[in-house]
Amino acid sequence: MIVRGLKAVDRRAGGTHPVRFAMRYVFPDHWAFMWGEIALYCFVVLVATGVYLTFWFDPSRHQVVYQGSYVPLRGSEMSQAYRSTVDLSLDNPFGLLMRQTHHWAALVFLAAIVMHLMRIFFTGAFRRPRELNWLIGLVMLMTALLEGFAGYSLPDDLPSGMGLAIAYAVVLSIPVLGGPLGYLFWDGAFPGGNAFESRLYTVHVLAIPALIGALIAVHLAFVVMLRHTQFRGPHRTERNVVGSPMWPGYALRSLSLFLGVAAVLVLLGGLVQINPIWQYGPYEPALATNGAQPDWYLGWLIGALRMMPNWEPNAFGYTVPNPFFGGAGFPALAFGVLFAWPWIERFATGDRAEHHLLDRPYDAPWRTAFGAAFFTWVLVPFVAGSADRVFVGLDIPYEGQILVLRVLWLLLPAVAFGLTLHWMRGVRRREAMRAQQAAS
Amino acid sequence: MSRLLDRRVPADRRVELAVALLLLAAGVLAVGFAVIQLADPDTQLLGLTLGLGALAAATALGIAGRLMVPQETRIEPRPEPVPAAPGEDVADLAAAGSEGISRGRLLAAAGGVAGASVVAAALAPLGSLAPADAGIGSSPWRAGTRLVGEGGEPIAAADVELGTFTTAFPEGADPRELGSPVVLVRLAPGDIHDRPEWAADGLVAYSKICTHAGCAVAMLRYGRFGAHVPRPALVCPCHYSTFDPADAGRVLFGPAGRALPQLPLRLTSDGGLEAAGSMSGPIGPSWWSVRRS
Amino acid sequence: MGNRAALPLAAAAVIGVGLALVAPGLAGGASAPPSQGAAVAAGRALYVESCSSCHGMDARGIRGVAPSLAGVGALAADFELSTGRMPMSDPAAEPVRALPAFDAAVRHNLVAYIASLGGPGLPAPDVTAGSEADGRRLFTQNCAGCHSVLGAGGVITGASVPALQQASARQIAEAIRLGPYLMPRFGEGQLSDRDVASVARYVLSTRNPDDRGGWGIGHIGPVPEGLVAWLVGMTAMLGIARLLGERNP
Repeated sequence: MIVRGLKAVDRRAGGTHPVRFAMRYVFPDHWAFMWGEIALYCFVVLVATGVYLTFWFDPSRHQVVYQGSYVPLRGSEMSQAYRSTVDLSLDNPFGLLMRQTHHWAALVFLAAIVMHLMRIFFTGAFRRPRELNWLIGLVMLMTALLEGFAGYSLPDDLPSGMGLAIAYAVVLSIPVLGGPLGYLFWDGAFPGGNAFESRLYTVHVLAIPALIGALIAVHLAFVVMLRHTQFRGPHRTERNVVGSPMWPGYALRSLSLFLGVAAVLVLLGGLVQINPIWQYGPYEPALATNGAQPDWYLGWLIGALRMMPNWEPNAFGYTVPNPFFGGAGFPALAFGVLFAWPWIERFATGDRAEHHLLDRPYDAPWRTAFGAAFFTWVLVPFVAGSADRVFVGLDIPYEGQILVLRVLWLLLPAVAFGLTLHWMRGVRRREAMRAQQAAS
Repeated sequence: MSRLLDRRVPADRRVELAVALLLLAAGVLAVGFAVIQLADPDTQLLGLTLGLGALAAATALGIAGRLMVPQETRIEPRPEPVPAAPGEDVADLAAAGSEGISRGRLLAAAGGVAGASVVAAALAPLGSLAPADAGIGSSPWRAGTRLVGEGGEPIAAADVELGTFTTAFPEGADPRELGSPVVLVRLAPGDIHDRPEWAADGLVAYSKICTHAGCAVAMLRYGRFGAHVPRPALVCPCHYSTFDPADAGRVLFGPAGRALPQLPLRLTSDGGLEAAGSMSGPIGPSWWSVRRS
Repeated sequence: MGNRAALPLAAAAVIGVGLALVAPGLAGGASAPPSQGAAVAAGRALYVESCSSCHGMDARGIRGVAPSLAGVGALAADFELSTGRMPMSDPAAEPVRALPAFDAAVRHNLVAYIASLGGPGLPAPDVTAGSEADGRRLFTQNCAGCHSVLGAGGVITGASVPALQQASARQIAEAIRLGPYLMPRFGEGQLSDRDVASVARYVLSTRNPDDRGGWGIGHIGPVPEGLVAWLVGMTAMLGIARLLGERNP
């Protein structure tokens, strides 16, 4: 019956060549290649749950007085945005499941992108002819970071409102244009005019998802055009692809991966509470809470902001405000290095050839060592941003831990570089000896 | 196109049975989900049924994909770029479009200048969005503005005892404006080192918005007991900028680049408080021309 | 009993009567039980043994070591002793909550002795008369900057800020009125007795926040959430990928 149905479609739809192409497409199916797919399926879950949320959320700063079911908020003034999120969370159990699944999906989406980026980096998959795809991936990472921030700032709760104030300060810190840009984005001075909330909503619900969707399409188109990379192994050369055809095995496994990703996210969404904004209360510029943190993927920025000494250089009356260094300069430098990396490596190694076979990390000890150093450099601010409570609990005063972390920020990447280089070279030697023995 | 390297057809009835049972389980869980949603929705149960149902389906498909359907390994050659006929590749085709043009360099330079200028010009109107720089960093406080509480009631100076703080707002202004909230602290009058004339009976007021990144400076540390306590300070919970209320809001620790702006105070005849002038400097986070405003 | 002991005893009796007369002005207006004399004496003996090395034999403090206890009242003594902050071994350290060194009966005597030196009596906040909604608002405005909006504690330059889930209503009221260690204090002009009761009611509610979203993972926000995303979420994803994909190509 299925066969008859497919034949019927085949005769009528006409353009079945793409379908046959797809069914026979060969995928190298090492598990490490699945991070990108996992990220993609997180995006699908985000869109699906997000659509549901748009039926409930009201992106309005209009102030109302809460008289709903949650006693601690009764009588409090809050924005419609906050109230609609509270109502969705507390008066609609399925709505809370969707909201929490959406938020967990965002956290895992970014984690999967980072793992995918690291896999691409440490296997050299960004080399010619895939540099453009590497750039597209980085743009998607940047937009995903922005998207997540916009998403958790929409409910106008106390901690996320504090985060928006900090974002405003970082925008303001941009030399020359910072002030006008801040006014542009916030529809006036912070906390912003009425348009801010609805513009943030449009960005989060329409503009960025459309952009990410389009970039995903181009990203995947490139993968198909160039075919996927593969590890060295029996039968594998620079001129072929060895793997499973899409149909039936790979398609079923991909579908299984999608359902598995969705399952994990839904289980988290139902069982582990995340961002319980009804407990935090609404945002007011005059209020603050201790322990306010951004979502994990912005932890590097809060740490950088905390670690910076209070430099605020100024000359002739013009100032570079302090948040610029930790909030704008540091991420710009990090992304700058990442964007430039394929060309940095090409310059350093002189390697201009096309590569479709992947490196093992030990095949390129210098790249791996640099990557270890770079990711350590990005990781230290995460510790500075999040561990203040832990360290004070261990009787290490906050001021002391900041001083130590500043030193570690410079020292640990160098240590990571040295240790990794030594280790990778050792592994490469051993692998070479093993290959020699196997050949002889 | 692709060459078959290896093909295994599992053919195991037990695997097929397992897949069928898992699919059925997924179905049962889906029905359970619907029942719970309609009868007595509960977030945890809804998540469990939906999630486990998806997991059952995922497991079914995964087992099917690895252990039930034929497992093939194929080799496919990578597509070779089809070499274009001489003169037909992309660069040549593009070059053909400029046949006959002799002032190519001039045109390219003119185009470059035009493009850059248009982009720069497009950015120019951005300047109009900031209505006279005084918009950023300004506050509604003026001489004579009364200090009121959250609900608009005037603050009585005597209510703020030694070793405490409270938040005050300008009477008649929007409390949500960044320049509105001030933090009021009572110090021992002898402890005030700088601008003592800005204090009213030991009470000092500072903008509550941190000059680092705009969070509310919502912490006061004030030790009345103990010989080893650090000096009184206003501290911001975001990045721990620490300001000295006894010394014109000077930065004691943390990343803030400017002192906390101070509001001069005076007592009113009915025991209340009012501003004796405007803020000592721009409030909130710094920007490019903060030190020119 | 010599003259030195008789004088504080007489003072205690006078103060006890005085307290009873001005009870409405003090939080809760706790009145002194009739057998105050014996309690004060016993308290004095304990004081000499356990507290005088830092606070001085006359309880007027030792400069550079510990403050005077004259005028701090039963309120302060009960707070510090019942939360186990006092006695503390290192006067330069931050006092932290611990198991009380003395049981309730012993504490009663010590408190009576300190009360005999003057100062506010024990508060008796009536949490049922307070409003959780008002308490949330007041707590957010005055306390959340240090204690975090869910009373989970926090950090300030120079000290740590305790979590509040172990605090009783009375201890909460005491801390608000006293301003122990580096905490500000809030007098009746700032927070009325009803306000304090509301705040206490809210803080007590933070022992059992509304966690209808599932496991609360500590109520400290995005840091444990990020850890769960990586340690649970990503591990699960990794497991699924390894089951579905090839290990050795």
